[in-house]
Amino acid sequence: MSENQNPPADTSKDVTVAPEAGTAVGPADRFPDPGMPAHKKRLTDTDPRAAKRAERTVTILFVLSILGTIGSIVAYVMVPPDGTTSGVRLSTLLIGLGLAVSLLGIGIAGIHWAKALMGDREFVQERHTLATQGEDRETAIRDLNEGLEDSGVVGRRGVLKGAFFGALALFPLAIAVPLIGSVGGDWNISKFKHTMWKRGMRLAIDPSGRPIKASDVTVGSVFHVVPETTEEYRETHEWITEKSKAVVLMVRLNPEDLRTDQSPEGETWSHEGIVAYSKICTHVGCPVALYEQQTHHLLCPCHQSTFDIADSAKVVFGPANRRLPQLPITVDDEGYLVAQDDFAEPIGPSFWERLK
Amino acid sequence: MSTATHDTKREAPAKPTTTVGKAADYLDQRTSIGLAVKEFARKVFPDHWSFMLGEIALFSFVVLIASGFFLTMFFEPSMALETYEGEHPANMHGQLMSVAFASTLDMSFEVRGGLLMRQIHHWSALIFMASIVVHMMRVFFTGAFRKPREINWIVGLILMILGLAAGFTGYSLPDDVLSGNGLRITDGVVKSIPVVGSFMSYMIFGGEFPGHHIVPRLFTLHIFVIPGILLALIALHLFLMVLQKHTQYPGGGRTDKNVVGYPAMPVYVAKMTGNFFIVAGVLVLMGATMSINNVWNYGPFDPSPVSAGAQPDWYMLFLEGSLRLMPGQGTEWVILGYTLPLNVLVPAVVIPGILFTFLFVYPFLEARVTKDDKEHHVLDRPRNKPARTALGVAFLAAFIILALAGSNDLIATHFGLSINAITWVFRILFFVGPVFAYYITKRICLGLQRKDRELVLHGHESGRIVRFANGEYIEVHTPLDEQERWLRVNYEAPAPLEIAPKTDARGVKRKGYASDKRWQGLSRFFYEDRVAPVSPAEVEAAHSHGEHDQLNGSERQAVEAGAGTTSREH
Repeated sequence: MSENQNPPADTSKDVTVAPEAGTAVGPADRFPDPGMPAHKKRLTDTDPRAAKRAERTVTILFVLSILGTIGSIVAYVMVPPDGTTSGVRLSTLLIGLGLAVSLLGIGIAGIHWAKALMGDREFVQERHTLATQGEDRETAIRDLNEGLEDSGVVGRRGVLKGAFFGALALFPLAIAVPLIGSVGGDWNISKFKHTMWKRGMRLAIDPSGRPIKASDVTVGSVFHVVPETTEEYRETHEWITEKSKAVVLMVRLNPEDLRTDQSPEGETWSHEGIVAYSKICTHVGCPVALYEQQTHHLLCPCHQSTFDIADSAKVVFGPANRRLPQLPITVDDEGYLVAQDDFAEPIGPSFWERLK
Repeated sequence: MSTATHDTKREAPAKPTTTVGKAADYLDQRTSIGLAVKEFARKVFPDHWSFMLGEIALFSFVVLIASGFFLTMFFEPSMALETYEGEHPANMHGQLMSVAFASTLDMSFEVRGGLLMRQIHHWSALIFMASIVVHMMRVFFTGAFRKPREINWIVGLILMILGLAAGFTGYSLPDDVLSGNGLRITDGVVKSIPVVGSFMSYMIFGGEFPGHHIVPRLFTLHIFVIPGILLALIALHLFLMVLQKHTQYPGGGRTDKNVVGYPAMPVYVAKMTGNFFIVAGVLVLMGATMSINNVWNYGPFDPSPVSAGAQPDWYMLFLEGSLRLMPGQGTEWVILGYTLPLNVLVPAVVIPGILFTFLFVYPFLEARVTKDDKEHHVLDRPRNKPARTALGVAFLAAFIILALAGSNDLIATHFGLSINAITWVFRILFFVGPVFAYYITKRICLGLQRKDRELVLHGHESGRIVRFANGEYIEVHTPLDEQERWLRVNYEAPAPLEIAPKTDARGVKRKGYASDKRWQGLSRFFYEDRVAPVSPAEVEAAHSHGEHDQLNGSERQAVEAGAGTTSREH
């Protein structure tokens, strides 16, 4: 930018006074750079009393910070949380306020000091082109070439080069293979396709685990259902993982409201208006938890996929593509609701091998 | 040179007398630190409020590390199940939960200051991401990504993505219902990836979701791998900033060959330190007064319940919104028996992919269509690059629309609107909004540029009405002082690329013409509408033709005497 009145090339020269403006001869179609604007003095530069005042303010702020630190420690010692939520909140608030005053005191004091009392003259320093210039560049190029030549592989010894890069490229495999091989457990992805539901397994209330009698299910009521298991099993990781697939939402509709369900010809998957559908959304797997009694719609609170329970749990709105899989149910001899079988299709979100 | 102190022939350096001098001398004799002091002590940094945004990100990161260290002292990253024996909070007593969740409760309720640190940590993470995004906006709209800073732009982008990863891994650690469902959504998204999706899900969870590996794995990522890389890249980010020297806003005396500002010592050091303490103080204040992520209200992870109105942290909202907007009908394809769930793949993988790709390639794209290989150190005023500014605003519009869509349920409940209607509005807005934003922003930029031209040519309206002897009224215009004029004329307005003709002199078709033509088309998109800076000749012409805009010399004196007013200018 030759048209500019560039400040002198040597560094750190104080040039807050504009160089003579308008004297530069640039291309006729551009205005010349007027140079730095004139320096304006601050009140603290001209009025010693203002400077004194600023100094006092900064001092007071630092003292305030010290008081904040002390206050914070006092709060830590004197106001121990008694364990209740409000007690914890009070302790948090007092320790935090003290610390905040302590930090803000230093911060505001520092900024005020810098702005009011430290020098406020702007300096100009030169920039250098980032690319190395002249002799430096030539030396670098020569060194690079000499180095490459010394290595003896430029333009020849193709096999050696191939072996070198091959070895470098391959050795990480010896670390990656055991890592990746082990990190996925048993890699048995067919587990996605099955749940723990089996023929004759009773439906139980989540989380108590109490089995459900068909006669206890009134019209319009909603049950969050899990397979009946032992108490001990429900305290294992295996249970949490199985439950993640097996949870079911069960509703009793007026039989005349139930337009369709998913049972194939000649089978009945529902029981006197009681239907059970997988609670795991076919979109990305959130539990579909919000049931609206009036419309028989089931809404996923994560992404608002909406399913119509009265009509095979088909999708009526939202990002899900498939209906929720139905759990075929019936009653056993004692009148308890039981599964006829596992779900007929994989539950939850879609994956590549889903239909394989 | 450090050897100078051993060089007996030269004059011995003056003995230091002050404490600082003695300490400096002691260090210098052992480390030649004098070189660094010479290089950096009075190094000049340009000053502007918007240069603080990156600092806020940096200082939030420092607060994150400090508060995070505190948390690691008490957090146990284990998914082993235990029955919570603690009395507080009462609703959690006796519940079966993971050790991770129990230790989170313990550090909140039993450790003094523990809840404060948790809340500071969480707020810092939100502010960290926010300041990164706003800092990026500053860099983008002022063109600070141009040569030589393209590499630093890329480093910054990677920092932002790592910030997202750090936030996500940290958020999932307490193993509560909310974060567990977040992980479940992640699992669903990962499964949607063709061919390897199912295996990637196994890889992440060490088996089926949720298993009992995920919390320790996320912990290692969250406190070791990700912050380690973040630290290294932050160091690189700052190193490049110092090496290339900071950009500066345009103004008198500021060129691409100099840097105008305050010296590091003492002004910049004081301001930066002050800024650090203010950022830390505000974050502590937030942690002390605003509760966040009260995990005991959600309870330990259980795959069955989920609460309505659940939102991820703000920086993840755009992904959530993207997932919510995609219609499900007809978007799951089965090809040769393999399932391709586009209703998940497109919003959760393709759309963010496009957004991030735009950010990664933009600096190179703009340089190409501008045919620009110069070094730039003076920033652009956003109005002076209308296409860039408009593209940036369009990008932000898309991002904000997606983020709002990620809160569509809250919008529905707060304003009593139909969720279906809101979703449809956002579906349409996602496509229409950015186009409108582009168009409107570009028009505003061009309008501002024309206003600049107008001001340079005719000056400011002074509000002083003058009547001539012949009865004509005019308003006196005050010409711009040279600093203001320089601000409004000192910019480049690139023209679209010009390319060689299709055939050479002998009528032979030129290779690469089609590609050139495409680049020219893109270049037109950027630079077809251009407002050139005013030249001195134009000002001259304006003055000779529009003599009424500005009065000069004797004429002015005569008029002013007649009107009985005093001049407000000069």
